[in-house]
Amino acid sequence: MALLLFDLVLCALLLLLAGAAMLSRSLTQAVTLFIAFGVMMALAWARLKAPDLALAEAAIGAGLTGALCFTALVRYAKQPAYPQPALWRPLTFIGLVTALLLASLSQIPLQPSSAIPALVQQHLPQSGVSHPVTAVLLNFRAWDTLLELLVLLLALLGARQAPGDLPRYRGWSLSISWSRLLSPLLLLVSGYLLWRGAAAPGGAFQAGALLASGLVILRLNQQLSWLSWRHFWVRMLVLGGLLAFVLAGAVSLLLQDLGAVWLSWPQSIAGAVILIVESFATLAIAVTLTLLVVGEPKPEVADA
Amino acid sequence: MSVVALILLFSMLLGIWRVLKGPALLDRLLTIQLFGSTGVAILLVLSKVFALPALLDVALLLAILAAAAPAALVQRLRQQKQRSRQRTSL
Amino acid sequence: MTIMLMISWLLLALGLMFFLAGSIGLLRFPDSFSRLHAVTKADTLGLGLLVLGLSLQSSWREGLLMALIWLIVMASGAVSCQLLARFSDEQPSESATQQED
Repeated sequence: MALLLFDLVLCALLLLLAGAAMLSRSLTQAVTLFIAFGVMMALAWARLKAPDLALAEAAIGAGLTGALCFTALVRYAKQPAYPQPALWRPLTFIGLVTALLLASLSQIPLQPSSAIPALVQQHLPQSGVSHPVTAVLLNFRAWDTLLELLVLLLALLGARQAPGDLPRYRGWSLSISWSRLLSPLLLLVSGYLLWRGAAAPGGAFQAGALLASGLVILRLNQQLSWLSWRHFWVRMLVLGGLLAFVLAGAVSLLLQDLGAVWLSWPQSIAGAVILIVESFATLAIAVTLTLLVVGEPKPEVADA
Repeated sequence: MSVVALILLFSMLLGIWRVLKGPALLDRLLTIQLFGSTGVAILLVLSKVFALPALLDVALLLAILAAAAPAALVQRLRQQKQRSRQRTSL
Repeated sequence: MTIMLMISWLLLALGLMFFLAGSIGLLRFPDSFSRLHAVTKADTLGLGLLVLGLSLQSSWREGLLMALIWLIVMASGAVSCQLLARFSDEQPSESATQQED
């Protein structure tokens, strides 16, 4: 009974926040509400007993997307006289998307087909990890993850074509020391999430997103000036995820007999390979996302 | 135990009214703080309700992000202000 | 065992009271700084009581993790309260003490 009410209130809150974020006139408020919406989505995934998705939603939906939106907001420097959009446009859009979603709803089976989870469970011992989601992401469907890393790299390269000229300002000493205090903790918890990924919800994307959010606040407080595209090692870190993945694929191809499949790890070293690939991927994701969010530092602007 | 989660969610709902209403920017920024602490509490309770210890990790992540967010956010907003001041002085 | 359970529920109820009190404060307090105070302080105490109540019903490892989470939330409440208040103090145009109309 209480759980049913909980669901109802959760749905109402989600709709309320989404509506308010879209219709709000102040962009700052819209972005804050959007972050709140991300947190609510994470709660919704938690309610649906999907901790993997809840982790990803909290790290990416609430954390990084919020940071991206705020960055966009800052570049949109003048406090905008944001024009109230004609209401029919968003409403038409919502109507169209809703119709599409409803149309696709009939295609989703009510009960997920039991064949695929059973297959995953059956082959889990060969994957080198004990958490089915990680097994799918980094072993059975490693191709998808490899291509996701490529997409991230392409996004960064695209964003670099439009260089930002965001000047840096010195933060308050409170926020500087707070970010210094927080960063070892962030590093620790990212490592924990990465390590847990083998046996429980967690993994490269969540750990990378968390690490990125730590790097972002450090950078905003004028630390870490080495973190720039100009440095060779930073570029190598960005490429590292992809390189480790491809190299692992090539090595596993050599180790196995003829007829082996690209990106399928030999069972004996699968766990180690996955951990190595994930570590590099975490670093690459963290650095890429940070560079995407904060852009290049511009040397020395006096504090106003 | 799920009653606890329900009451927490309800208290969040109460808070949202103020956030939507404003009037100052500070009131709106309070959303992050409110959602940080109450969201973490709900996750902790849910992990007990469903006996899913993994939700504790989600709560940990949310707590750290909520701790990092205000620092980043305030810096960003100050940059924005200084930038628009520069624009107007040019 | 039952006494532990009773204490745990008592703590949970107390924690909930603080959460509700924080939200009511957010609604009813007259100016932004009081509201900031309501959210960052009452909720933090509420979370502490909740964590205490929950850890009486769970293993020591979960209890430790929850205690860590509480420490983080407590520290972040204190710091972000300061940061937000300072920021709003800097803001000339949109005064924080502005009354609602």
